[in-house]
Amino acid sequence: MKLKTIAILTAIALGLTAISIWVGQLSYSWLPPQASVESKLVDNLFSFLVAAGTFIFLGVTGTIVYSILFHRAGRYDLSDGPPIEGNVTLEVVWTAIPFLLVLWIAVYSYQTYTEMSIRGPMEMAHMLHISEGIPPAYAEPIDESVEPTTNIEVEAKQWAWVFRYPEQNITSTELHLPVDLRTHLVLRSQEVIHGFYIPAFRVKQDIIPQQNIDFEFTPIRTGKYRLRDSQYSGTYFAAMQADVVVESIEDYQKWLAEAAKNSPSPAPNQAASEYAQRKEQSAKASWTTVVPASSPMVNYHP
Amino acid sequence: MTQIAAESSNTDPHIHEKPLSWRRYFSFSTDHKVIGIQYIVTAFFFFVVAGIFAMIMRGELITPETDLVDRTVYNALFTMHGTIMIFGWMFPVLVGFSNYLVPLMIGARDMAFPRLNAAAFWMVPVFGFLFILSFLVPGGPAQAGWWSYPPVSIQNPSEQWLNGELLWLLAIVLSGISSIMGAVNFVTTIVMMRCPGMSWFKMPAFVWTVLAAQIIQLFGLPALTAASIMLLCDLSFGTTFFDSAAGGDPVLFQHLFWFYSHPAVYVMILPVFGVFSEVFPVYSRKPLFGYRVVVVSSFIIVALSAVVWVHHMFASGTPGWMRILFMFSTMLISVPTGIKVFAWVATIWGGKLRLNTAMLFALGGLINFVFSGITGIMLSSVPVDIHVNNTYFVVGHFHYVIYGAIVFGLYAAIYHWFPKMTGRMYYESLGQLHFWLTFLGTTLNFVPMHPLGLMGMPRRVASYDPEFAFWNVVASIGAFLLGMSTIPFLLNIIASWINGKEAPDNPWRAIGLEWLVSSPPDVENFEEIPIVVSEPYGYGKQEPLTENMGG
Repeated sequence: MKLKTIAILTAIALGLTAISIWVGQLSYSWLPPQASVESKLVDNLFSFLVAAGTFIFLGVTGTIVYSILFHRAGRYDLSDGPPIEGNVTLEVVWTAIPFLLVLWIAVYSYQTYTEMSIRGPMEMAHMLHISEGIPPAYAEPIDESVEPTTNIEVEAKQWAWVFRYPEQNITSTELHLPVDLRTHLVLRSQEVIHGFYIPAFRVKQDIIPQQNIDFEFTPIRTGKYRLRDSQYSGTYFAAMQADVVVESIEDYQKWLAEAAKNSPSPAPNQAASEYAQRKEQSAKASWTTVVPASSPMVNYHP
Repeated sequence: MTQIAAESSNTDPHIHEKPLSWRRYFSFSTDHKVIGIQYIVTAFFFFVVAGIFAMIMRGELITPETDLVDRTVYNALFTMHGTIMIFGWMFPVLVGFSNYLVPLMIGARDMAFPRLNAAAFWMVPVFGFLFILSFLVPGGPAQAGWWSYPPVSIQNPSEQWLNGELLWLLAIVLSGISSIMGAVNFVTTIVMMRCPGMSWFKMPAFVWTVLAAQIIQLFGLPALTAASIMLLCDLSFGTTFFDSAAGGDPVLFQHLFWFYSHPAVYVMILPVFGVFSEVFPVYSRKPLFGYRVVVVSSFIIVALSAVVWVHHMFASGTPGWMRILFMFSTMLISVPTGIKVFAWVATIWGGKLRLNTAMLFALGGLINFVFSGITGIMLSSVPVDIHVNNTYFVVGHFHYVIYGAIVFGLYAAIYHWFPKMTGRMYYESLGQLHFWLTFLGTTLNFVPMHPLGLMGMPRRVASYDPEFAFWNVVASIGAFLLGMSTIPFLLNIIASWINGKEAPDNPWRAIGLEWLVSSPPDVENFEEIPIVVSEPYGYGKQEPLTENMGG
């Protein structure tokens, strides 16, 4: 009997483990393409959390559903169940195992975090001396110690993104990045908090007004992605998007050269054009809004 | 004291004082039972209002473009949806149940401060209508989300002195004062007014969780109330506490806000944990498994809840060491919470289950809560959070907690104690229909938000890229279904309150002081103060709960 119980429990645990691993693998498909070094690290961690979560969810709900199916009171059965008030062994086990699991998740997350070495604004001051002491665990394919090669200034305003390439003195409303090189951005905002978020890169950073915020990541896949404002910034918040183009270093250089030839012209801007339209036709009920910044003057726009 | 005492002493104790007329529900009554029902009914009104806002938003989001309402209107709707749900529905309805049940469960005749209790309640309609009236001021209502982060929240484009944000902040301050008054009352009542024999470990789990939740209100709410007053000064009186252009710090507001507003989630869910701990034993006919550990774990949650707030700010320019520290403290909360979940599962296991409406809602709520706990752990992990922070993944997680677990728990509580509160039985089949519609609606509405967030759809957007269209359509259908699911509920409650079968004192054969008195209880609750001799969940043990009362 005892042996039979152990065998059944083991079989259930193995079945659950198989399902959980499968769902964990499936979880990669729920995420956007992996377009940066960081995205691979995040997705591996997420996949692990999905697998562990699936195991727990199926384990707990399976037990509940079993009880619902097989521990029902008969229609005329007014008796009570067994007066079991607790079980110290069980309670210790279900305190200890979650605690250990949480420790494991925390350590794994911490490792992933250091490998990503996302730099927050306040960290930069510390980074100067800390980064020499602790070398980043993640060494390939990009060497962390190499100075970031792309320096770009990102300006966020209500409601437009403008990217400035200081070495070439070029401005653009489309963010162009060379593939496989670490990107270094300086994020700035004029009036309110915006959020710099590229889902395909799995990176996000709030931009606090009146601060220069350094931000780094490494694109590894050519293509066109979306940059979205992730911190609610007022009326036209949802329209504050831009395209991010990751291209080979040759294409990138070519684009820089082309853009340098153009003299600045006004870029299309969804917030500004919607606002202009709204002033013409006031059919829909609406309230006063902060007036959008006028279309940015840039060397390049799509 | 005591008009009420004088009244009841004139009455023959064997004739139950029939609860007079419906008019007392519109009066400044000091009876905790009347106040409890006042809270619950008022809160439900705001639940419906904010629910209608949600359905308009889901109507807008059924297509990628903005076509139903203007962007300013959409922004006002999501702001007021969140605000009214939390401050108009969630807190008041929970305080309502706590008000109704705590004195009955601990064998007291009323709350410690009945007049303070009534005053705290009557502030709810005042600030609730302030939220709604803000739709009428020139610039429209607040449009900065329920977090109201500066600088967006204090931009005041209408340039009117009387603007929606000002009314919003006034209402939040009033709500804070009302809740602090309530918290003082609850803590005093539970500490001082327990009947003879009711030691701490003879107290029902619900009372433990109310105490835990109200202690959070006492230490947390002052932070939010102060932050709201400071923000109001920035908005209207030219101070610059949070204005970075003038040397203030907008991130400071985020700290003050989340210092309260994360623990606030535990203020909401702890009493629902209490409801689960009451409901499962009754309908499984078994004692609550590991009662002492379950009730003590509430206080571990309280302690940890005070040191997790920064997990809302992982993307806010937070230093690395803070991210890691708060990641770990947040994950630790899953341990005491896990203890509770496993204890409930063990309570059900091997019992004699009866799946009536209250039990269905409790079971559904438990399953939803397990799901939301797992996504919560994902969110606490800094690298994952940096991706999904401020996306629909968070909205999905949050609504699974707040609707999937808390509202389900509240429905369980309404059905479970309805006969006690009204003296009438509800219609079981309508209740079951309500449960299944709600469960289906919840799943369809909130599951799709998780893939949307993982794909990178930010929250609070009025328009979105076409790649997100499919899951948004599913979520909108779920939301409309969820809206419809309240119709059988309202029908059931109204019809059975007026015309339902008369309820016996203890229709569920439950153990507890509230089930030893008549349905509904007399004005003074107990003819004679009970003397408690047993622990609260003696199912299967056939021992009396009190020395001097039957049952």
